[in-house]
Amino acid sequence: MSDVNPVPPDGEDILLRVENLVKYFPVKSTGFFGNREHVHAVDDVSFTVRRGETFGIVGETGCGKSTLGRSVARLHDITSGRITFDGRDISRISQRRMRPLRREIQMIFQDPIGSLNPRRRVGSIIGDPFAIHRTATGTERKRRVQELMERVGLNPEHYNRFPAEFSGGQRQRIGVARALAFQPKLIICDEPVSALDVSIQAQVINLLADLQAEFGLTYIFIAHDLSVVRHVSNNVAVMYLGKVTEIASADDLFDTPRHPYTGALLSAVPVPDPDHSDQRQQIVLVGDVPSPIVPPSGCRFHPRCPKAAPVCVTQDPELEPRLGDGPGHVAACHLPMAQGENLADFKPTIGAEERVIEPEGVLTADALPASGDGGKS
Amino acid sequence: MALLEVEDLTVSFRTADGVVQAVRGVSYDIEAGQTLGIVGESGSGKSVSTQTITGLTKGAQVSGSAVFQGTNLLKASSAQLQQIRGAKIGMIFQDPLSSLHPYYKVGWQIVEMIRLHDRDMSRDDARKRAVELLRLVGIPQPETRVNDYPHQFSGGMRQRAMIAMAMALNPALLIADEPTTALDVTVQAQVLRVIARMQEIFGTAVILITHDLGVIADVADDVLVMYGGKVMERSDRRTLFYSSHHPYTEGLLHSLPAYGGARERLHPIPGQPPSLLDPPPGCPFAPRCPYAFDRCRTEMPPLDPVGEEAGHLSACWLPHESAARAEVRAKVLRAQPAGSAGA
Amino acid sequence: MSMVPEITGEGSQATLEAAAEPPHVSRKVIRGRSPWQLAWERLRTDRAAIISAATITVIVLFALLAPLIAHWLGHGSNQQFVDIGEDENGNPVPPSSTFWFGTDSSARDLFVRTIYGARISLSIGVLATLVSVAMGTVFGLAAGYLGGVADALIARLVDVMLAVPFLVIAIAVASIWRPSFWLVIFVVGVLGFTYPARIVRGQVISLKEKEFVQAARALGAGPLRIMFVDLLPNVMAQVIVYGSLLIPAAIVSEATLSYLGVGVQPPTADWGAMISDAQGYYQYGFWWYLLFPSLALLVTTLAFNILGDSIRDALDPRGGGIYK
Repeated sequence: MSDVNPVPPDGEDILLRVENLVKYFPVKSTGFFGNREHVHAVDDVSFTVRRGETFGIVGETGCGKSTLGRSVARLHDITSGRITFDGRDISRISQRRMRPLRREIQMIFQDPIGSLNPRRRVGSIIGDPFAIHRTATGTERKRRVQELMERVGLNPEHYNRFPAEFSGGQRQRIGVARALAFQPKLIICDEPVSALDVSIQAQVINLLADLQAEFGLTYIFIAHDLSVVRHVSNNVAVMYLGKVTEIASADDLFDTPRHPYTGALLSAVPVPDPDHSDQRQQIVLVGDVPSPIVPPSGCRFHPRCPKAAPVCVTQDPELEPRLGDGPGHVAACHLPMAQGENLADFKPTIGAEERVIEPEGVLTADALPASGDGGKS
Repeated sequence: MALLEVEDLTVSFRTADGVVQAVRGVSYDIEAGQTLGIVGESGSGKSVSTQTITGLTKGAQVSGSAVFQGTNLLKASSAQLQQIRGAKIGMIFQDPLSSLHPYYKVGWQIVEMIRLHDRDMSRDDARKRAVELLRLVGIPQPETRVNDYPHQFSGGMRQRAMIAMAMALNPALLIADEPTTALDVTVQAQVLRVIARMQEIFGTAVILITHDLGVIADVADDVLVMYGGKVMERSDRRTLFYSSHHPYTEGLLHSLPAYGGARERLHPIPGQPPSLLDPPPGCPFAPRCPYAFDRCRTEMPPLDPVGEEAGHLSACWLPHESAARAEVRAKVLRAQPAGSAGA
Repeated sequence: MSMVPEITGEGSQATLEAAAEPPHVSRKVIRGRSPWQLAWERLRTDRAAIISAATITVIVLFALLAPLIAHWLGHGSNQQFVDIGEDENGNPVPPSSTFWFGTDSSARDLFVRTIYGARISLSIGVLATLVSVAMGTVFGLAAGYLGGVADALIARLVDVMLAVPFLVIAIAVASIWRPSFWLVIFVVGVLGFTYPARIVRGQVISLKEKEFVQAARALGAGPLRIMFVDLLPNVMAQVIVYGSLLIPAAIVSEATLSYLGVGVQPPTADWGAMISDAQGYYQYGFWWYLLFPSLALLVTTLAFNILGDSIRDALDPRGGGIYK
């Protein structure tokens, strides 16, 4: 991935601009007169992606990153907000008018098994873009499909095989080939390597990097694996419960995180380095991610935040530069982390009813029967 | 004597395509209270070996021995195995949603498990015990949550409930098969902490199966690296990361995105994991190994002690002394044309 | 595995990484098999399937060769043999070497009429099923994928049709239009579309959220293409299973209609009509007239049912796997 200055000065070659994007999913109302409840999947998200860069979006389950990716690709209608792609406002255009644009925005999905139709042959699957947009037929289509297969590292003779006959990594390559058919401007990769073995992950990441260099592609790379995201991205956005909590260049995010959630995430990532993991102090967050139907008030992270203060309960912080950072590093936090701060030193200053508390264990080994003869006996 | 001693375990399955040799002559042991990490990719046989030990692979051809507290589990009757499973060996799996019965309350499942093995305990006492266990693994309001169904728990909670159930009878050994693979990273940290805490309190030995080297670095005492149904390397944690011997281990470590942040090209291991249907003779890693020579393809190297650390074993024909090995590596690297894969 | 392609530049790096394998390794080649091939192999070894398929083949042969057999025997299906086919009271005569199944109430060769009846039952059974399946699939795809208004309309239509008894509609239709071969196919076919429609709709709803459908939408495919190119192959398996189980149901429906007199009209040989007529004679001891058409109907229906079950097992196997 190109290592140029990752911070986009305003107006310079922006390929995608997302402003205040909101996507709610209605939940079935519980009674005849029940209130319409919504899953706040994506809540007021804004970011920009520059041409040729890789923009990483990282977060845990339920943070809305996949929904964000699909909303940007207009697979869903959005509830409100604006999406500007290559100068065009695509927020509200009809699916029919979106069709020609689909040659320029493509998606690669996570699940190599689910994203390929199990009952269709691979050649036909990769040939879909040509068939749908009627750009090539018959032998010409076959030739181009086989070209693509070769380009992504597949054997073109396997044109007539079914997806089940390929390994996970190869299936992912099929997905890449399909997305690549029109050399789109933007490829949204939704967890492209999460389901793959470690050694195959590296192959696919390299492939994506090669293709980006060769075709000048722009990627939005959605993942939950921080080390992968750090490796591939120029800029990274962190999401939590439908909101963006921090955006920075990959290096800045990992070296000087401002948002406590980012700090906790970073400390939770298992590091394949015993000395490092022995020394560091892990911030283990208490509790699980709350329901996106009724998100917490103010800053959504406050129930689990080690630094939570009363202002965090009442006021939703703005996404802006903190502690003297430049315009390329923004965080939504009232009490951002300064460099060298250790989250383990902090205690939240809000009442217990607003916090999640981890219970202490009361059971000791003596109270248990010796039936299993646990190692102590 | 070690808590569990596995000797030359071989497991194969008959399928429509032929005989799949999932595990080919694997040996290892684990002491009481220790944590053994088994790392490998899909098809390495890591899950099958532990499932076979607890008798969960029906219809498989099994040979070898697995002696647990004096009993050879592979030759034990199903009555004996039933007694051991749950009470002496606890198991947790990757997907708690499919391991917990969806139609029964969580508390009921734990109580049934306890009473199955301890007939003398009254239902009331077992229930109290279940609540305490849920509290111990960090489930909030355990008195009410004990009456919930599995689908009412989040992923991390379910995994904790599974741990509670596995630990209910204070087993001497806990086998955790990819317990955190499906979980978010913060929840993973929580669950690993719970397992560590259980170990502290109960002194349980843990076999942790995973493909995540980061998790190994965090929790394992000793590590077993498996590939193609065989053990490639065994060592303690630090040796594995800082002075490993086997090229597969090296390949795995090098293919990780460097957490330090360098954004250069990754070094994946070229090729695909092997087919277990008709494995070629010799080392299963030979087709993908940058240092492979002829002997590697025809003769399987024995799992021999290497290096300076005690208990460091590696199944590789490369020289055992680290200096000599480094020399061979350097020679191979110099001989390769610039820019080829696997360097 | 094929040979590793030549290294020609940047792009082939990916190829090299993916396909690296020493040339001399002799591996057993796993023949790639499509889901259909797997199903066929399972079916081939199923004993029940083989027996029922053989039975059906025999019945079909008889049906196809009926005119030839009739000609060879010298007995037409509507030919009355007043002299040898009736006893002194004008009643049917029992099975003999001339009349293998005996005769019916109008002194016609019962054997010949029975195999002619197979033609009617089989052809109506299959054609009506085709109508049901085709209609059901199209409606099911539309209702499942398009959802919304389309789904609501179709669902209501299906509900209405299921609420009214089949026979009532059939009789009503028959009294408005003259009953005939094609009318029966129409009635049985159209009234039977509800089952495939429901099955397909259910399948489509669960498939709709799968990623490959999202991927097709992301590529710009319209709903028609997604329904027929992506979804249809995935519901085909279920459609075939239910289709094969619909055939015996259609055969019985047809027999019922002609039993009641609103199906295929006499003098065309038809099992249902024969059974209806034979009932009056059975109590007087003329057992063969009732037995043979009933047996024919039973065996045919049973064979199709068993074959349908086997097809379902072949296409949708459960259990038996030991390890992932």
